[in-house]
Amino acid sequence: MSLTLTPNIGDPDDFYAELIGGQRDLSDEEALRMNARLVLLLANHIGDRAILSEAIRLARSPGG
Amino acid sequence: MSNYVYPRFPYVCSAEQRSGTLRRHPVVVIGAGPIGLTAALDLAAHGQPVVVLDDNDTVSIGSRAVCYAKRPLEIWDRLGCAAPMVEKGVSWNIGKVFFRDQLSYQFDLLPEPDHRWPAMINLQQYYLEEILVDACSRNPLVDLRWKHRLVSLKQTDDCAVLAVETPDGIFTMEAQWVIACDGANSDTRRMVGAEFKGQFFQDRFLIADVRMKAEFPTERWFWFDPPFHPGQSVLLHRQSDNIWRIDFQLGWDANPDEEKTPERVIPRIRAMLGETTEFELEWVSIYQFACRRIDNFRHGRVLFAGDAAHQVSPFGARGANTGVQDIDNLAWKLALVLRGEAPESLIDSYHEERAYAADDNILNSTRATDFITPKTRVSRLFRDAVLDLAQHHAFARPLVNSGRLSTPTPYVASSLNTPDNASVPAAMTPGTNAADAPVTVAGKPGWFLNCLGSGFTVVTFDKSVTADQLSIDGIATRVVVVGRDIDDGKGLLGQRYGASPGTTYVFRPDHYVIARFPQFDEAGIADAVRRACGKPGTIQQELAA
Ligand SMILES: Cc1cc2nc3c(=O)[nH]c(=O)nc-3n(C[C@H](O)[C@H](O)[C@H](O)COP(=O)(O)OP(=O)(O)OC[C@H]3O[C@@H](n4cnc5c(N)ncnc54)[C@H](O)[C@@H]3O)c2cc1C
Repeated sequence: MSLTLTPNIGDPDDFYAELIGGQRDLSDEEALRMNARLVLLLANHIGDRAILSEAIRLARSPGG
Repeated sequence: MSNYVYPRFPYVCSAEQRSGTLRRHPVVVIGAGPIGLTAALDLAAHGQPVVVLDDNDTVSIGSRAVCYAKRPLEIWDRLGCAAPMVEKGVSWNIGKVFFRDQLSYQFDLLPEPDHRWPAMINLQQYYLEEILVDACSRNPLVDLRWKHRLVSLKQTDDCAVLAVETPDGIFTMEAQWVIACDGANSDTRRMVGAEFKGQFFQDRFLIADVRMKAEFPTERWFWFDPPFHPGQSVLLHRQSDNIWRIDFQLGWDANPDEEKTPERVIPRIRAMLGETTEFELEWVSIYQFACRRIDNFRHGRVLFAGDAAHQVSPFGARGANTGVQDIDNLAWKLALVLRGEAPESLIDSYHEERAYAADDNILNSTRATDFITPKTRVSRLFRDAVLDLAQHHAFARPLVNSGRLSTPTPYVASSLNTPDNASVPAAMTPGTNAADAPVTVAGKPGWFLNCLGSGFTVVTFDKSVTADQLSIDGIATRVVVVGRDIDDGKGLLGQRYGASPGTTYVFRPDHYVIARFPQFDEAGIADAVRRACGKPGTIQQELAA
């Protein structure tokens, strides 16, 4: 298995709105805290170390 | 301020200094800290006379090591010292981690039952050293010399020449081998021109020993960002005699001289313990921690061990714990080489195996330090996120790192191991230290590790084996037959070693597995012992012929 890089989220606009909406009333500091928790929650859900490494690499330089 | 009375060990002018005769000793150990003292006892256990030089005349001063793990206790038991340590020390299993004013989670070291020694004990370093000094002074092979400072060292082809300063002046002695256990600021390391590189952490810690009759349970408590010391971490540990160890992280800007004063220390402790708890300061120091390692554990005839070879931050209690394992690895090799039973190249495997272990320890300590003292704003956000989540969700708890329990590093890729035979189940692969188990010896309850002795040992689950000793190139290798010499009444030995009838293990003198076979394979055993002595095996010899 490798990191999924093709569209995989059923309702993209709705997901995006929820992500942004979830932070609307937060200060920058609170939003950063929330993001850190979100990364950890999702990372644990994925679990697979190779996929996590690939995601960290791509997040750092999106072009790969 | 200390209530502990430091013993003063007598300085004695040696016969060689008095008479001005140059003597060549087989082994001279520099430094009588926990590692040098252990080195002396271990060499003596292998029948080797040893001289230990220490520039001081007492035990470790102030607040240093507290926690000792199971593997060092097993080694000290082989040297006859573990029982008094455990008796004087404090055993603990529960660790609690707090974030701000909440319990984030708690762990239980949950030692597997049916092991002789606990997972961890806490004991002041000075008591540990007293026990080791006592054992050395009762051992006729150990010549422990106080107020002997190494001032210079030169190496010739076949020995090291040491200039040693005592209250009676400077004299010269020679050593076939030197074990440098003179600590993190090792003079010996400087004398051989070795590099000692790594990372200094930009942080300071106040380490206080406090005497109090406290309500705290005997547990390890670690706080991240507590209300009584905001923004920093604090650690509380119990030692013996109602002494408690408290570590306060202070940050890099703290002024070490000011922070050491009782006027600064007492309010910090009061804020933590509350107004009503009565306490007395026993000792206070300020430390900056580092993780560093020597370039090579061997420089000619000088072998480095303990803090002289590697330094770690104390989170995870790895300093002395790993140093003792250096000695466990080195002593038998040196004894074999000195007796001419193994080639000198065997000593190179000491660097191979222990540098590998040191790197593993440094990695663990660096990771713990990075978690405890995040270097950037974002790493701090992630750290706090882990702690927040850990309070509510099990998944985040393994990410919390307030120091990981020191466990032995297996020598998985060591050149002394015999490639494994896959038909024996996985757990105890070559390079792993022997697991203990309760056994019965001559009808009495005992422990497996105590049956392994100080040489090579073959343990076989083949009851038809009649040999009780093999001679492999003159090296006596004891054969222990399960069901004949020892009984595995509870079946735990067989279980821990994945044994079926015939399974045969070969252990080195430091109780690491070097080989295992589905049957009692005499040729295979002989080959494994030769290989672990640094000799080419017969198979290789045949190929070369
Ligand atoms: C705050 C703190 C907490 C710690 N907690 C733990 C813990 O919980 N568990 C753990 O395992 N470790 C811990 N450690 C680490 C532990 O204290 C060291 O790893 C240990 O003391 C190293 O032992 P050593 O024998 O190598 O060196 P040392 O203890 O430093 O001994 C070196 C000896 O060499 C002598 N010497 C020096 N130069 C010369 C010379 N030129 N000639 C002759 N003699 C000389 C010195 O007098 C000294 O006796 C902690 C350390 C600190 C600072």
